Amino acid sequence: MEQLKLELKENIIEALNLEEFTANDIADDDALFGDGLGLDSIDALELIVLLDKDYGIKLTDPESSKEIFKSINVLAAYIDQNRTK
Amino acid sequence: MGIISAIGRTPEEHLSSLVQAKSGLRKLQHIESIYNNKIPVGEINSSNEQLAKDLTLPEDHNYTRTAILGCLAAKHAIRDAGLLTSNLKNDALISATTVGGMDMTERYFKEFGSNPEVQKYIDSHEAGDSTHKIAQQLGIEGFVTTISTACSSGANALMLAARLIRSGMAERVIAGGTDALSKFTVNGFNSLMILSGEACKPFDRHRDGLNLGEAAAYLVLESETAANRRGARIRAWLSGYGNANDSHHQTASSPEGDGAFLAMNAALKSSGLQATQIDYVNAHGTATPNNDLSESKALLRIFGDAIPPFSSTKPFTGHTLAAAGAVEAVFSILALENGVVLPNLNYKEPIRETGLQPATVCIPNVMQHVLSNSFGFGGNCTTLILSKS
Amino acid sequence: MKENLKIQSYCRITNNSIVVNGQSVFENKAAVFPEILKLAYRQLNLNYPKFFKMDTLSRLAFLSAELLLKGSHNSNTAIVLSNRSGSLDTDLKHQQTIDSGDYPSPSIFVYTLPNIGTGEIAIRHKLRSENAFFVFEEFNAEFLQDYSSILINSAKSEQVLCGWVEVDNHNIDGFMFLAGKQGEYDLDTNIIEKLYKA
Repeated sequence: MEQLKLELKENIIEALNLEEFTANDIADDDALFGDGLGLDSIDALELIVLLDKDYGIKLTDPESSKEIFKSINVLAAYIDQNRTK
Repeated sequence: MGIISAIGRTPEEHLSSLVQAKSGLRKLQHIESIYNNKIPVGEINSSNEQLAKDLTLPEDHNYTRTAILGCLAAKHAIRDAGLLTSNLKNDALISATTVGGMDMTERYFKEFGSNPEVQKYIDSHEAGDSTHKIAQQLGIEGFVTTISTACSSGANALMLAARLIRSGMAERVIAGGTDALSKFTVNGFNSLMILSGEACKPFDRHRDGLNLGEAAAYLVLESETAANRRGARIRAWLSGYGNANDSHHQTASSPEGDGAFLAMNAALKSSGLQATQIDYVNAHGTATPNNDLSESKALLRIFGDAIPPFSSTKPFTGHTLAAAGAVEAVFSILALENGVVLPNLNYKEPIRETGLQPATVCIPNVMQHVLSNSFGFGGNCTTLILSKS
Repeated sequence: MKENLKIQSYCRITNNSIVVNGQSVFENKAAVFPEILKLAYRQLNLNYPKFFKMDTLSRLAFLSAELLLKGSHNSNTAIVLSNRSGSLDTDLKHQQTIDSGDYPSPSIFVYTLPNIGTGEIAIRHKLRSENAFFVFEEFNAEFLQDYSSILINSAKSEQVLCGWVEVDNHNIDGFMFLAGKQGEYDLDTNIIEKLYKA
C-alpha cells in the first residue's frame, strides 16, 4: 500500500505537471482538489485517464469521481480494491 | 446568406427542417473512427468527393472538408445577396474556424513523409488555409482574416465585420465560419467527457452532454448606404453585439454566467434596446450540464422573470463549433423573417435550480428583435442582436 | 483619429531573450526551445503554479501579459492577439496521442485553441472585457493599430493588450504591447512595425 501511494504521488505530479511539487510535499490525507493541491476539473479528467491507463479502472462520471479523488489515502484504497492490472 | 449543415444546403431547406422539427443528428459515418456508429453527430451526408464536385474543383485539389464547406456556403451567400464574384475585389472576408485543415492532416499524418501524393495537404493545414481558399474562390483581395476564439468564433466574425463597417474601414464584409467534423475534435471532446451518447437535450434536467456537428455559414454584411446604392434586398439588421470574457476557467463556464451576462448586457447597450424588446433568444444551449445551467442563470439576470421564448437549435445541427455563431445568426434571421420561435428538441423537464422552460414547438410570434448567444472555451462570450428589416 | 493613442509599454520574447520597453529583462543564450519561458517564470518569481499546465503558446501570452500589466490594475483592458499558426504546436501533440492509439489527453486538448491563452490572461488579471484571437499570414501591424484604436475610441475598453504570439517549428516569436492613452510612442503602424523588428 505504501508503495502504491508513493507511485501514485509520482504519477500524479508527472501527469498533472505539478512541477513545483515532490512526492514528499503531498501528505496522504491532503485534499487533492480545492484548497489542497488546487486541482481542477481538467485535472480530474486527467486522473480518470491515469486510472484507466495504469490500473485498468474505467470511471464514466467525472462528478462522482470526485469522491474517489479526495486524497491519496482514499484513491489508493479504491485502486487497491478495483484494479484490473 | 448561405449555409450548409446536417439539415440542409440552403436557408430554405434549413427553415423547412427547423419548422418540421427534423433533426440532422445520426450516427457518425464519414470519418473513420472508433466512434463510428456509436455517437450521434450532425454530419453532412456527402463525401468529400461529392462536395468537391459541387464546387467544381479540379482532381488534384488540396481543399480540406472545412475549406470546401466554407466555399460552398460563402458562394451561396454571394448569390443570395445578388452579387457576382467580379463585384467583390475590394470586399473584406472574416472567416472563423477552429479545426482548420485537421480533417485532412489527420487522415494523412503518417504518410506525409513517404507518400508524395498526399503532401499537398501539408500546406492546407495552416489555420488560415480555408479562409484564403474562400477568398480565392470569391475573388476577394481586400482585408482577409481568420478568427479563432473557439465556439464563439462565428459570432465574433460577424461582430468584427460590423465594426469594420461602422468605423468606415470597409463597405461590405463577408463573414461567417466553417468547421468540419474530425477525429481530432471527436477524441478531444470525448476526453473532456462532455459528448452525449444520445441526441442532446438542451436545458433539460437530465441533459448529459453535447453532440458535435459540422457546418459552414456566411453572411454578407453591408453598410446601409452601400446596400441602398445597389438596391440590395436587406434581410435583417445586425443591431447589436457584445463580447466579454468569463474570466473563470479554460473550459468551464462560471457558476453565475458572468461572461454571458456581460456579453448580453453589452449587446443590448450597443443596440439601444431594452431587454423587454427582445422577442426570442437563440441560446448557446450546448446541453452540457455546465453550460446550460450557467446560461440559464445569466438569462435570469438579464430578463428577470420576463424571459422571452428561448431555445437551443443544437439538437438539429449538433454543435458546429466555429461555425455555430454564424449558423445561429442565419437561424435568427429565418426566425425574424418568418415570425416563428424555433423549437428546442428533446426537452422534457426543467433544470431544478432555475426552472426555465424553453420553447419546444414552433410558435408563431411577431418578431422585431432576436438575441443570439455563442460562448467558447477560453471564456470568450459573444452575443449578437438581429432585427427585422 | 479621434484621440492620439499611445503605446504604453511593449514586450518582445524570442527563443533566447526577453526585452521590455527596449530593456533586456532576461537572456539565456543556451536556452533550447521552449525553455526560456519556464526559466524566465522562475527568475521572475511569478508564483502561479497553473503556468506549468499551460502549453507553450499560452505560456508565451501569459508571460508577456505579466510583464506588461505589472502594476496596472485597469480591469477595463481588452485582449487582442494574433499569429500565423494558431495552436498548431499543441494540435500536433494531441494528434500524436490519437494516432498512437494512446489516450487522448484532456489537458492537451484544452490548449488546441489559440484563444485559451487570452483566457489564461483574463483569469489571472480578472479581465472581463473584450477578447479576440486572429490568424494572419504574417505580423499585421496595421490591423493591431486599427483594431485597438476602434476598441478605445468606441469606449469598449480603456486600454488594449495586443500583439503577436507565434509558436511554430521550434521558434518563439512574441511581440505584445499595451495600447492606451499615455506612453512614449504613438500608436502608429510604422512604430509598431519598427518595435517588432527591433
